[in-house]
Amino acid sequence: MLTFLLKRSLSIIPTLLLVSFISFWVIQLQPTSFIDTYLEDPRFSPETVVRLKAQYGLDQPVMVQYFNWLWGIVTRFDLGYSFVNNRPVTSLIGEYLWWTIEVAGLSLIFSWLVAIPLGIFTAVRKNGLVDSVASFFGYIGLAIPDFLLGLLLFSIILGLGGTNVGGLFSNEYIDAPWSWAKFWDHLNHLWPAILVFGLNHIASLQRQMRASLLDVLNQDYVRTARSKGLADRIVIYRHAVRNALNPLISSAGFTLSELVSGTLIGAVVMNLPTLGPFMYNSLLAKDQYVVMSILLLSAFMLMIGNLLADIGLAAVDPRIRYD
Amino acid sequence: MSVAVSSDVAVQEKVSYSLWQLALRRFKKNRLGVVGFWILAVMYFLALFAGFFAPYAIETQHVESPLQPPQGIHLVHDGGLRLPFTYPMKIERDPVTFEKKYSEDKTNPQAIRLFVRGETYNLLGIKTDLHLFGIENGKYFPLGTDKLGRCLFSRMIVGSQVSLTVGIIGILISFTIGIIMGGISGYYGGWVDMLIQRLTEVLMSFPRLPILLALSYVIPANWPSTYVYLGIVAVLAFIGWAGLARVVRGLVLSAKSVDYTQAAKALGASDLRIILRHIVPNLTSYLIVTASLAIPGYILGESALSFLGLGVKEPMTSWGILLAEVREGGFGVLTRTPWLLIPGGMIILSVLAFNFFGDALRDAADTQTRN
Repeated sequence: MLTFLLKRSLSIIPTLLLVSFISFWVIQLQPTSFIDTYLEDPRFSPETVVRLKAQYGLDQPVMVQYFNWLWGIVTRFDLGYSFVNNRPVTSLIGEYLWWTIEVAGLSLIFSWLVAIPLGIFTAVRKNGLVDSVASFFGYIGLAIPDFLLGLLLFSIILGLGGTNVGGLFSNEYIDAPWSWAKFWDHLNHLWPAILVFGLNHIASLQRQMRASLLDVLNQDYVRTARSKGLADRIVIYRHAVRNALNPLISSAGFTLSELVSGTLIGAVVMNLPTLGPFMYNSLLAKDQYVVMSILLLSAFMLMIGNLLADIGLAAVDPRIRYD
Repeated sequence: MSVAVSSDVAVQEKVSYSLWQLALRRFKKNRLGVVGFWILAVMYFLALFAGFFAPYAIETQHVESPLQPPQGIHLVHDGGLRLPFTYPMKIERDPVTFEKKYSEDKTNPQAIRLFVRGETYNLLGIKTDLHLFGIENGKYFPLGTDKLGRCLFSRMIVGSQVSLTVGIIGILISFTIGIIMGGISGYYGGWVDMLIQRLTEVLMSFPRLPILLALSYVIPANWPSTYVYLGIVAVLAFIGWAGLARVVRGLVLSAKSVDYTQAAKALGASDLRIILRHIVPNLTSYLIVTASLAIPGYILGESALSFLGLGVKEPMTSWGILLAEVREGGFGVLTRTPWLLIPGGMIILSVLAFNFFGDALRDAADTQTRN
């Protein structure tokens, strides 16, 4: 197990290097850079632009720039400099990361809490009323883009006279110190976002759980358990559900990267201070180091998520041997 | 005696169906799948002859009626039954708030006519000005107009050309790459396999949306909109092929080791013959099902990119672009201009239809759990 852990963790490194190079290269492909936009600004002379480029090392060959960036990350955890915010990227991402984890984490918990019981129920009562209703809404949930869902929900809230739309705080609380009023305001802004992201997840998660449990319920050992007279509850929860959860654990690895990716467009619509919209705005502003870093970070999270899922699977499923 | 024999033969003929016929029978039993198929058939038909079904050109601005609500079709005027007609909209100002308000001019019913002459357009290479419906004097907007006074119905129908083809073309590209890469990787193995596997691994290490955003921003803004469209399709396909290549590799590996493939090899069949005769037939049903279930991802991807302003550009239009206009209007859309959300309904409907269709295909292609 320990050697597997070590091997599996080390195998991330070469992929991560390639990923970092692609993140860098994608940004190099962009037609103009942020500093270039200074050239159109009459307040900046061409000499200033040249000096700025030299200051940030942007006049060096592309490969040198890449290795400088990489070296900064590895040695100093320095992801580069945000030209738009005039701040290091690392501290900026730290700020956004907190809200990202809060929003995405809560909506993931919400979706698992709803989807798993629902998946179990619909599998046990296959083709029943709840199953039909759930499968109908499941299809809709898979078909509706999260940005549309966000737009609709916010319109409904506004239509009902609510004002808790956009961002995670009302304007008057953004810079205010924490208080119960601020916390309440925050919760009011939080639930629509969690609902929107959660609903999108629930649809696919419930389908997975249902399919996985139905597979297990057809296995011989379930029939054995039934025929020896065990109570239905024990057959389902002790024997079936525990095994049916295994495939979900491996797909849970993706959820870590969903923190950035899954909530991206919905978060842009809802104007949330999370990493997705931050990346989008930085992309439009050509703030290259921010975009590169978030790309790298999201890929890193996906890999870590898969690693954790592998370890988790090995821990819960004794059939899996890693030698 | 002879009678008995012939009836026996008849019975045998009745039960001998080919695999495809069996699959078709199973497919037809799935009602949702059939519904999905027909929804898609109608949608693609509308998209193909979009200019004919659209009453106006997509860029024509009817400046006198911006943000006009949909005009209903009526049958009863002054208590008398008539052929379908509509009331023209007139603008009034609210005396208190000075807000513009549309209301139907009930005194002036306008018959909706079929096959009317209107703006000229290009129908599959032929220039014509014939439209399916319209009214003779005045304007008819079945789904209302946007803020520039452009007919939403026309824009939605023409926009479906982009939204619905992105998936098909994208799938064609990504499947071609995926099958070739996965096939080579699985069939030949060795260092080629190693290389391709590393490549797919790296591509799959990126979550879909961030890399999609970054790549689509590479497409120069000053390109003509057709190039931008192709660029977007290429970006979507570039992200999509890696997962497929992995599965194809696995399928090829298992098909390679079965006895009949080994036998063909021992008999001296060429690589090409083995691939085409023994391996590809094993993949087709899987690929068809995967394709039909993957297309929704492309439709949603395109709409998301266009919604964020990184996708298809004006003067081209798509469902995502139409929804982006909603976003500019803020969140009050549901109360003020709800009809602008209708293109979103089209996205949902098309994705639903593809999912129904794809699920039914998957069940039909599944020969293992036959009832």
